[in-house]
Amino acid sequence: MNALAETSTLIAVVLASTLRLSVPLIAACLAGLWSERSGIVDIGLEGKMLIGAFASAAAAFASHSAWVGLVAGIVASVAFALLHGFASISQRGNQIVSGVAINLLAAGLTAVIGNAWYGEGGRTPPLEGPARFPDLVLPGATALKGVPILGPLYADVLSGHPVPVYLALLAVPLTSFVIGRTRFGLRLRAVGNDPGAVDTAGISVSSLRYRAVMISGVLCGIGGTYLSVSQAAGFLPLMTAGKGFIALTALIFAHWRAWPALGACLLFGLLDAISIRLQGAVLPGGISVPVQAIQALPYLATIILLAGFVGRAIPPRASGVPYVKER
Amino acid sequence: MSAPIELPKWADRVLVPAIATIASFLIAGLVVTAIGENPLDATRILIEGSLGSSEGLGFTLYYATDFIFTGLAVAVAFHAGLFNIGVEGQATLAGIGATLACLRFDDQPTVIVLPIAIGAAVVSGALYAFIPGYLQARRGSHVVITTIMFNFLAAILLVYLLVNVIGNPKSMAPETRSFGANAHLAFIHDLARALGFNMPTTPLNLSFPLALLAAFGTWLTVYRSRLGNAIRTVGASPPAAVYAGISPSRITMLAMALSGALAAGLALNEVLGVQQRLLPEFTSGYGFVGIAVALMGRAHPVGIVLAALLFGMLYQGGAELSFDHPTITRDMVTVIGGVLILFAGAFDGLFRRGVAGLMPRRAAI
Repeated sequence: MNALAETSTLIAVVLASTLRLSVPLIAACLAGLWSERSGIVDIGLEGKMLIGAFASAAAAFASHSAWVGLVAGIVASVAFALLHGFASISQRGNQIVSGVAINLLAAGLTAVIGNAWYGEGGRTPPLEGPARFPDLVLPGATALKGVPILGPLYADVLSGHPVPVYLALLAVPLTSFVIGRTRFGLRLRAVGNDPGAVDTAGISVSSLRYRAVMISGVLCGIGGTYLSVSQAAGFLPLMTAGKGFIALTALIFAHWRAWPALGACLLFGLLDAISIRLQGAVLPGGISVPVQAIQALPYLATIILLAGFVGRAIPPRASGVPYVKER
Repeated sequence: MSAPIELPKWADRVLVPAIATIASFLIAGLVVTAIGENPLDATRILIEGSLGSSEGLGFTLYYATDFIFTGLAVAVAFHAGLFNIGVEGQATLAGIGATLACLRFDDQPTVIVLPIAIGAAVVSGALYAFIPGYLQARRGSHVVITTIMFNFLAAILLVYLLVNVIGNPKSMAPETRSFGANAHLAFIHDLARALGFNMPTTPLNLSFPLALLAAFGTWLTVYRSRLGNAIRTVGASPPAAVYAGISPSRITMLAMALSGALAAGLALNEVLGVQQRLLPEFTSGYGFVGIAVALMGRAHPVGIVLAALLFGMLYQGGAELSFDHPTITRDMVTVIGGVLILFAGAFDGLFRRGVAGLMPRRAAI
């Protein structure tokens, strides 16, 4: 009985950490989903999250308000998204090139400005009190804790996280609904598959794509804010550490759909949580799994999927192709 | 597609990149001003630090060596219409290959160990680029995404090997033991001193002349050989290539392998030349700088060497600058690289249209 209770506590701890580690992935993955469903390839997720993380930490530090931080993070990330939009939609530039530029710009600017403002090697000063989001206890969490299985799942795993976690989670049904069930979503999907048809119907391709790119910026801003204002107590240089790219792999895994994206991100978050717990641990039977093997899994799995050895990943048809209106 | 913007050759090759470069520096100047420093003062320190002394010049050329190799690697793939973001990963694998060769053979004389180490680096880099090329050509997965994944996999593999397999047990840091003296690419200052010239100690080594040779070889291959002709045809129009009897999938794989072989030069300079042991993250993001270099140099070897020299100046001058003005860190170079990629790559049409507007009208074609 005691062993059982211990195991279930361990499972709850791992699942809760899975959720926390998945949040930036979920936000960035949905951001990529919006952008790529509209036909704009987005490898700049990493950079947008990074600039969002820096801006939110700086603003939260200056204003002592996590909410001001969230707004600043979103504004900065949307500004970068618009830069990508201007390059790929208005200038019809190469979207990969623009994405690479955005990642480099964010890495460089956050380090330069952070160092100039705070002089601590690019970190922001530690955030405390109202400058961070408090953990929310969901309604009824304590009352329902006694219910077997579902109770602890609700009280210990789902409840007790800061606001950005729930923002990212809410974005999943919202994205699924808007893209799948609304007129705007239908048009957005159309513009990612056949912009010519959308244009013929008298709907502006660029305006749709700009809106999609901006939504992508908002979501990356939420992800970045979560990293610097909630998960960590301040900004660290390059703190996104490849999460934008893992989100990109999750997006491919999920075939550019919202609910599967949540699943893929949770899976990659679980891998991350396991690899953190496994650090230096020896499994029963004396087997020690190198952490690197688990870290490599998302990338290896994506390559195998992309190569069509298992299943097939087909992106929106017009993604990556600039639209040129015929005159 | 819209009609391409027609420009005279000189404007296309020189004027447009020059304007993009100047615009990038203006933006960088704005950032420097915004953080409360004087951009003119910063420029002066940067130029003096990178070109003002033979020591500074040595460091500049050492950095330029890395950027010539990575720029050429990106450019060769560009010519085939491919975007190789995986130079970092390919250089990492090349470093691992060179290291394994050195750890095994560095008790042998130089004439044996050095060719083996260089060969191992080049083959490892080429293979690691060939796989994404194969996956695109035969399995339809896009080279951009696979090379991004391969970068992460290479970084993870490097850490694994350094921590668990080839790390030096006597060292606390994850690194290999130093290679024997026979396995080094000689420092230029050592060679100069052997010939009786006095030169300050810099990291500049034999990789630099190798980089220039690679630039010449790339020019010969791309512009003066059958293979180069095939590569450029595939890059310009795959259907035309098929019509000319060229197999685009074969060229895709070959161009990627060639690109990876050039990326190996980064490992030659850093691992066999400067560090003489394997360190984590020795590629330091230079593969991404290579993208800026290739775009700025218009994918032509001469342009790439010039752009690489400019970035070498930025890295060396930037180091001096951050020493003098601690508020301006080396990350400023990353900002300039980002803006340059944006201007010379993504916003290319902006400047071309601007230049085309200023040109005297030519007869309609």
